[in-house]
This record gives sequence, C-alpha cells and structure tokens, in this order.
Amino acid sequence: MNMMSTKEIGIGNLLESGMTLKQHRDAILERTQSTGYYNGLENLEFRDSDPIGYEKLFSKLRGGLVHARETAKKIAASPIVEQEGELCFTLYNAAGDCILTSTGIIIHVGTMGAAIKYMIENNWEANPTINPGDMFTTNDCAIGNVHPCDIATIVPIFWAGKLIGWVGGVTHVIDTGAVTPGSMSTGQTQRFGDGYMITCRKTGVNDEPLRDWLHESQRSVRTPKYWILDEKTRIAGCHMIRELVEEVIKADGLEAYEKFSEEVIEEGRRGLMSRIKAMTLPGKYRKVSFVDVPFKHEDIQVSNAFAKLDSIMHSPVEMTIKPDGKWRLDFEGASRWGWHTFNAHQVAFTSGIWVMMSQTLVPTQRINDGAYFATEFHLPKGTWCNPDDRRTGHAYAWHFLVSGWAALWRGLSQSYFSRGYLEEVNAGNANTSNWLQGGGINQDGEIHAVNSFEASSCGTGACAVKDGLNHAAAIWNPEGDMGDIEIWEMAEPLLYLGRNVKSNSGGYGKYRGGCGFETLRMVWNAQDWTMFFMGNGYMNSDWGMMGGYPSATGYRFEAHNTGLKERIAIGDSLPLGGDLDPSAPDYERHLDATAVVKRDKQCMTTEDCYDNHDLYLNYLRGGPGFGDPIDREISAIENDLNQKFLLPEFAEKVYGAVFTQDAKGVFSIDAAKTQARRGEIRKERLARALPTREWMKEERERIINKHAAVQVQHMFATSFGLSEKFTKEFKDFWNLPADWQLLEDELGVPTYGSKHRMDLSLMPDVKTVVQVEE
Amino acid sequence: MSYTNEQVSHLVEGSLDWETTFRMLSMPKDNSRFEQYLAALQAKVSFKDRIVLPLAPHMYIVQSAKTKQWLIKCDCGHEFCDYKENWKLHASIYVRDTEEAMTEVYPKLMAPDTQWQVYREYYCPTCGTLHDVEAPTPWYPVIHDFEPDIEAFYEEWVHLPVPERVD
Repeated sequence: MNMMSTKEIGIGNLLESGMTLKQHRDAILERTQSTGYYNGLENLEFRDSDPIGYEKLFSKLRGGLVHARETAKKIAASPIVEQEGELCFTLYNAAGDCILTSTGIIIHVGTMGAAIKYMIENNWEANPTINPGDMFTTNDCAIGNVHPCDIATIVPIFWAGKLIGWVGGVTHVIDTGAVTPGSMSTGQTQRFGDGYMITCRKTGVNDEPLRDWLHESQRSVRTPKYWILDEKTRIAGCHMIRELVEEVIKADGLEAYEKFSEEVIEEGRRGLMSRIKAMTLPGKYRKVSFVDVPFKHEDIQVSNAFAKLDSIMHSPVEMTIKPDGKWRLDFEGASRWGWHTFNAHQVAFTSGIWVMMSQTLVPTQRINDGAYFATEFHLPKGTWCNPDDRRTGHAYAWHFLVSGWAALWRGLSQSYFSRGYLEEVNAGNANTSNWLQGGGINQDGEIHAVNSFEASSCGTGACAVKDGLNHAAAIWNPEGDMGDIEIWEMAEPLLYLGRNVKSNSGGYGKYRGGCGFETLRMVWNAQDWTMFFMGNGYMNSDWGMMGGYPSATGYRFEAHNTGLKERIAIGDSLPLGGDLDPSAPDYERHLDATAVVKRDKQCMTTEDCYDNHDLYLNYLRGGPGFGDPIDREISAIENDLNQKFLLPEFAEKVYGAVFTQDAKGVFSIDAAKTQARRGEIRKERLARALPTREWMKEERERIINKHAAVQVQHMFATSFGLSEKFTKEFKDFWNLPADWQLLEDELGVPTYGSKHRMDLSLMPDVKTVVQVEE
Repeated sequence: MSYTNEQVSHLVEGSLDWETTFRMLSMPKDNSRFEQYLAALQAKVSFKDRIVLPLAPHMYIVQSAKTKQWLIKCDCGHEFCDYKENWKLHASIYVRDTEEAMTEVYPKLMAPDTQWQVYREYYCPTCGTLHDVEAPTPWYPVIHDFEPDIEAFYEEWVHLPVPERVD
C-alpha cells in the first residue's frame, strides 16, 4: 500500500523496449563481440546516407559540450578548475558508452562510463530508481574513478519518458576530506583514509540537489566553498548539455540522434584502427617504467607499520600492433598494488590512455569509447593497475599512471621514427611532479587546503627533430597551464620568491627534453600551516630514446627557522629566484644560521608543520631527451648555457662542449675543439665499456647471490608472485638455475597483504564491471 | 598531402622550416613518406647495403648487399646481428651504477640513487655512438624493444615489395 509498484518505478520500461538497462547493455556487448563491430554496426547507415546531416549533428553536440565546459568552469572558484581547466563533460548513450566528450581531462570518458555501467549492472533502475531530473554523484575508485578528488555528477537524459542517454561532468576538487589536506594527499595507506567516497549516490531529484547531500558533503571536506561551487559547475554543465540534446532531437528527430549515438562509437573504433595504420608500424614493442615509493624514511608518517617499507612500482608493457590495425596492450609482469595511494583501477588505466593518445595518435575531436573497442587490454588482476583488494588507496594514482603510459608513448614513437614521421616522435614525458599540497588556516582565517597545479606545466619529451618544450605540458591534461602567480597567491598563503626555468632538468640528447621549472614559496600570513612533497626522487620514471638520457630526478628543499622576517625588516639579502645548482646551493647563504634545511632526494613526505617565513621549493620536472648528446648542435648548447637551461659542467661532460665565458658572462663554444673533444669522448666510452654479454655474466652473479637493495628485490618478488610468465622470462634471460626463486618472505620487510586479499566483487550484492582481460 | 624529397631530407637533418613541420604535424599523414625517408637515409650512408627499416638515428635494419641477409647495422658500418635478435646483446655497455658515475651526468641531487635505478649506456663497439640509454632497476633483463613485422608493413600497409631476405 505504501510501496511503489514496478510501474511507478519504471523497471524494464526506462528504454520503452521492455528490456532492462542491463539486458540492453548485454545485447550490445553480445552483438559487438559476435560481429567485431560496435553493436553489430557493419554499415553506418546514417553516416553513409546523410553524411552532411551526420557531421552537422556531430558538430552541434561536440560544440555544445565544449561550450558547456567553457561556460560552466566560470562558476568555479577553485583555480584547479577555473585556471587549469581540470574538468570535462561527456555524453553517453543509454548503455553508458561514450558518444562524445568536451576538451579537458578526458580520462573521464571511461571513468564516468564505468560508473554508469556500475549502476546498470547493479540494477539502480529498481533502487534507487532513475528518473528525469535525477542527479547521481560518484567518486568511487573501486569502480573506476582515478582518484577520489575527481567528483562526477551524472544526469540521465530522457526524451518523452524514455531514457536515451546520460551526461556526466567531472571536476577535480581541491580537498576530499582525506586524512591529510590536498586533493591527492599521501600518508593514508588505504581507501579508508582517502577521503569522502561516494558510490553513484542519488544526490538530486527534479534538478535540485538533496539537502542531506548538501549538508553531509560540505562538512566532509575542508574546503566547502570550493566544493559547492564545483558542484554547481558540474550541474550547470550537465544541464546545459541535456538541453542541447533536447534541442538536437527537436531539430533532427530521435531516430537520427539514437543512430548517431551508436554509429559515432563504431566510427571511433574504425578511426583508431585507421590512425594506427596511417602512422605506426606493425610489430611488438616492449617498454618498461618504474617509480619509487620511499616510505621507509622518517618523514613519511603512516598509521600502519606494514606500510613502512621502500618499494618500487613496475610497469612493463608489450604493445602488439597487428596487421589489421588493432592493438593489444599487455602489462603482464606489473608489480602488486601497495599500501599507499598510488594504485589505479583498471578503468583509470585504460581510460586514461586516451588523454595521452589525444596528444599523439588520435589528435581529433572524436574521442569516445570506440577507441576502447579497438583495443585489447591485458591488466593482470592483483597488479598496481588492477588491484584485487577492496582496501586499496588511490588518492595519487597519477604517481605511476603517467609513467606507465609514457612507456606506451615511447613504443609509438619508435614506430613513428621507423616510418619516417619524425615530427611525431616524443621521447617520453615528465613525471608530473612535485605536488605542493597542504593546509591549515589560511590568510583569510579559514580552514583551507591547497594543491598547486603548477605541475600541469612540466617539460615535454624531446622530438626527433626538435627539443622538448620547456615548462609546457602534462600528460594528463592536453591544455597545460601553470596558472598565474597572482591567482595562486590568492588561493594559497604562499608568496613567490622565484619562478624560474629549472636548470639542467631536461634530459640530454641530440634534442634535449624540455626543462621544468621551479618556484620558491614562502609561507605568509597562515596559521597552523602544513605542507608535504609528492613526486619522484630516487628514480626516474621515464627514459630517454635512442641515445637520449632520462630527465633529471627530483629532490626536495625546505627550510624552517629561516630568519626571513627579520631579514626582510632590515633589508638583508634574501633567497630569490631559482636553485640553480643544488650541488652548490645558494639559498642557504641568505638564511640565518639557525635555519633548519632539508635538502635531499626524499621527494615523498607527509604533512609537516611550516611557520610563516618558512620556505618550500616546488620543482616541476623536465622531459627526457632524444638521440646521442654528442650529436647536439653547437648553437643549441650555447643557447642553453646562456639561458641557464644547462649547467656548464654538464655541457662539458655530456655534450663535449669546449667553451669560454666573457666578462659579461656570455658563453661561446669553440666548434673545432668541441668536435675534437667529441672524438675523444667516443674513445673514452669504448674504453670504459664491456661487451654486453660479458657484463651480463657479472650481473647474473649478483642475481644468484641476491645482491641488490631490498626495494629492488621486493619489486621483482611481487611481480614474480603475480606472473609465472614474467618469472620464466626473467629466469630464462639470466639463465638462472631451475630452483632459483625470490620470495617476499625472505626479504625481512612487511608482507601484509601479500597472501590474503579480498576483492570488491566478493562483497554481497555487488557486481563489478570488468572491461579488461585479467 | 605530400612533401618534396628535399623537404623530407631537411626533416631528417632537423633543418626543416617550422611552417612545413607544423603542417606535417597538423595535416593527415603523407603515405609516400616512408619511401622518401628511406631514400634520404640511403643517400647519407656510406655502405651499399639497402636500408630496410630505420631503427634509430644511426641504426638500421639493412639487406646485406653480399648475402641478402637482413642485419642490424650502425651507420659507421658495424654489423650488430641478425635483424630478429636484440642488438643490445651485441653492443658495448657501460652501466652507471655508482654515485660517482651518476654524478658525471647529473648534479648529485638530480641523478637517481643507484640503489634504486641504474643507467645502462649501449655503444656501437666500433664508433662509440650512444645508441640507447636504459634506465631500469639493477637485475632487469636487457629489453628487446622492438620486433617489427616488416613483411606486413611493406605488403599490407605501404604497398611496397618486400626486399629479398636470405636467412
């Protein structure tokens, strides 16, 4: 009597086809699987019969998506959204497959699609029901989100009572109420410390957010003003796009829209295959990348003893480009997930690839789920990129995602090079860090959190015909922008004492990687202020290409008890500008003798206290280089020296440059002497080298004797534990005895989680969506 | 869209004007590039072997003029191995696995810690060209980066006759 019937709820009738959403999705998957074409669309009827009408529809929708993003972002106050553009809007068909997306952080093509599919698979249409005017909010990393700070609002689109699709909007919020402040905080070791987590919750009806949601969500984070304006941004954008779809259907009819919403995906699938055939080369490509997780250090404070170990994340990839233009991306051998926040859901990994590909292989506006259907992914269950435990933390999944993908980009670049498309080659990408984060009471006396998005402007990798760009880009956002100093100073109680190109940070090569940059920040007018560092330090996550070197690694500089208040008052010298050469530090000469300085390679720290006038160096990394450095043009080296992009010591040692410096400090390189010196360098190289097979005998002995740092052995042990294939290939390569093995148990480090794990799929009444081969 | 042989040669030399380079980046790819690229490279090398596929700025898969075997070859003339093998196993290697060796190439705080990561530099044993720098952990197998499917590429993708091969 007091219950709604299925008629009111609308089960089985949302689509007006008698099918539930799940039946509808299953049927599409079955037709795709059996025919090889998305939803069995061997013929693109609408596109082929009315190409102009099809293109007009495309342009209207795509233009509307971009317009909605550009308009809605003006509502946000957070510089992450408003300055850096960390938002995007995406349109889906009823099955949750992406039709088109706006510009921006287009990784969310897949993440929001995964959330819609989760609702479909778990029968949201019966409970909590899906009605016109509803809003759903999600940021759950266990079902596909990248990290909890990417909050998505998802709105169903109905036409005359029929569900015809979905629109999703996502913004990167400034704080998620995690254990520590900042949107990608570290220190927590599990999901339970990652902050406020929302699983496709119905948060609005009749286009109005529910009051319980508004009350609960705003008090669950440190920055409610930014939070609510971000939410309004997402809702406004979604509603603009919903109206756009309504207008399109009024003008072009439902049939045309529904045909378009499927054909454009099949077109995207074919488009990727044709781009692969037009630009690459069939074959197998193998690349690998690593990143350091140095948690043993005293400046990493975690709540669990089992997380206190140094470890290395390992991402090998075998990319197979097939003669038909399909490709397979196989990550067999990847290391296990860990007790940190750098794990990634399979969808974060697979969807994120398209944010990278839109900058290289598919630089088109037609980014949708078609590319996913043209790709085979193998992400072994239990690895860092497909965890098999529902406790994993994901707050800074990007720590390694960017590196894992960069290995793919290097593989593609090999194909571009071999085919002669030299202009497309990119030696790799910067590890997009450091992330300056923290919080406390800000200059306005309010509880606050910060995450500086200066990291969206790191150096790019070198090309095969030119240097990488300095401080220009981030792999995760095709619209790199470091933001204005004035805006950051409004958003953060941190004054700038310098913002300079980071000398010597680009990887060497015939063409060097782009340099990163560095900003020196002084805490000002804050109370109870904390900050921490997050980036790579002991390792480089990217390699160079074809003789080019990786970029420089990170390091940290922080200073406390600086005496700067008094030095400013009396007009004494101050640390200003860049930290030109960390081997010969200069900042310290402008600080009081009482200053406590930390200058080391521990680029991962947890929340530490900073007083006003304390210092923090935010060093954003450079990109890797391409080609043998001794092929570099003299004029390019001279320019780098004179612009302080390169330290003289390394111009000499790496490039073989012989130079003089005049009274005004201008460098001039002697071409003849440099040429002669480069001849000597070739001889010196050979004098110090061994035949590779000779060196392998020495290395094999070190392996037999288990001579390597614990973190290295730990990485191999976790990869061996997950992959017999990787173990066999390793043992075969080094010709190890059959009984040689390496187990985590023998390493004397915590092994919590190595044997006993529980996946989300084992929870009652939960159906996870699996979109890769595991 | 197509480009002149001269433009492709300039691209190879890194001396192509930006306007044309930008056009190459922004416009659909020119199918004739591979043939023009091979011609530009063939004109640069001093050996008579035919270039089958470029691998790196100074390294090619070539068809031996004498035996028709496909080999990996440095442009100085040094022959590494059969094209199916990993050329790095036939190179000279120098491993930067100490702080001293690492600080030869980067300032102390800007180089990796060799307890975590090493740099392996692979040189041509004859001319000393640096063909590749690997940056793995200690113990990592020498990676066989690239196994091209040359036959499929020539026949199906660029529609060129596959050069003769004698194994």
